[in-house]
Amino acid sequence: MQLINPGMVQEMLDSLKNQDLYIHLEMTTGAYASHNDSSKFTASTFIHNGVVRYSQGSIAGFGPYRVGLKMEQGWVYSQGLTHFEETETDRLIMAGHDSDGKLVVALQLSRQPF
Amino acid sequence: MEKHILVVFPHPDDESFGTSGTLAKHIQAGTQVTYACLTLGEMARNMGNPILANRVTLPELRRKELEESCRAIGIQDLRLMGLHDKTVEFEDQEMLTSRLRALIDEVKPSLIITFYPGYAVHPDHDATGAAVIRTVTAMPKKERPKVHCLAFSNGCEKILGKPDVLVDVRDYLPQKFASIRAHQSQFRWETSGQSELDKAVLERFSQERFWTYHFE
Repeated sequence: MQLINPGMVQEMLDSLKNQDLYIHLEMTTGAYASHNDSSKFTASTFIHNGVVRYSQGSIAGFGPYRVGLKMEQGWVYSQGLTHFEETETDRLIMAGHDSDGKLVVALQLSRQPF
Repeated sequence: MEKHILVVFPHPDDESFGTSGTLAKHIQAGTQVTYACLTLGEMARNMGNPILANRVTLPELRRKELEESCRAIGIQDLRLMGLHDKTVEFEDQEMLTSRLRALIDEVKPSLIITFYPGYAVHPDHDATGAAVIRTVTAMPKKERPKVHCLAFSNGCEKILGKPDVLVDVRDYLPQKFASIRAHQSQFRWETSGQSELDKAVLERFSQERFWTYHFE
């Protein structure tokens, strides 16, 4: 994974619009958050291979980044994205890693199931 | 001596911290070990630091790390059960029970090692332990293998009492540390603030603790 290049991400978002896509979207505090520190709250959520289609998608911010995808009936939103896979040519792999390198958030889009 | 140990955990690296010394000790004494690892830990948030993988490539990396860990311990038989991380409690429980039963019938373990359901913090750990207990409970009493459980939830000793099986693994620390190092995407001493040479670490890692599960 490399630090996000917003121009490359925007190009990919444009090339993926107006078609059915598989999405992986998640956010997690880690399964041991409250076990390790009782003041913390353990929460995580993911959708793996849900199907979405958006007509307008863009990346915003100066890093960490936000991405919003406008769908016919709603939105996909993700904040805190720091890294992407620049070698991927027809799918978008993005994640937000904290200062320890731990993944906190992920957003992935592909024409094929993950 | 145990003839055959069946280890059932949900994630690659679950074998490392709590049982790798015990397994290495048994293996050196001639025990066969089958390790059924239910998932590839594909939802782990640790991806190494610097980052070694992404959500797409992590499962394959963790599979390789698991194989390396098994080699370090000497585990002869690794079974990847193909479930998805975080979903064990939501899986078809009958399917899980029947697959575990088939594995027990095949390898005929004298001992099973798993997590203590309800006292193992991660929902996958609890669900894995519960599936093992359910499977063994359904067996005729005379055929049931012993079950040793790992528990580490806060305050678990207040309810379960002290662990009744204490294994001295100080002679097997090289295998244990190699197993831990194999999972480089998940744990690195450099970022833990500790080292394999710390006296406190050596002390803590030299003993592994299990609770015998009492059926009925």
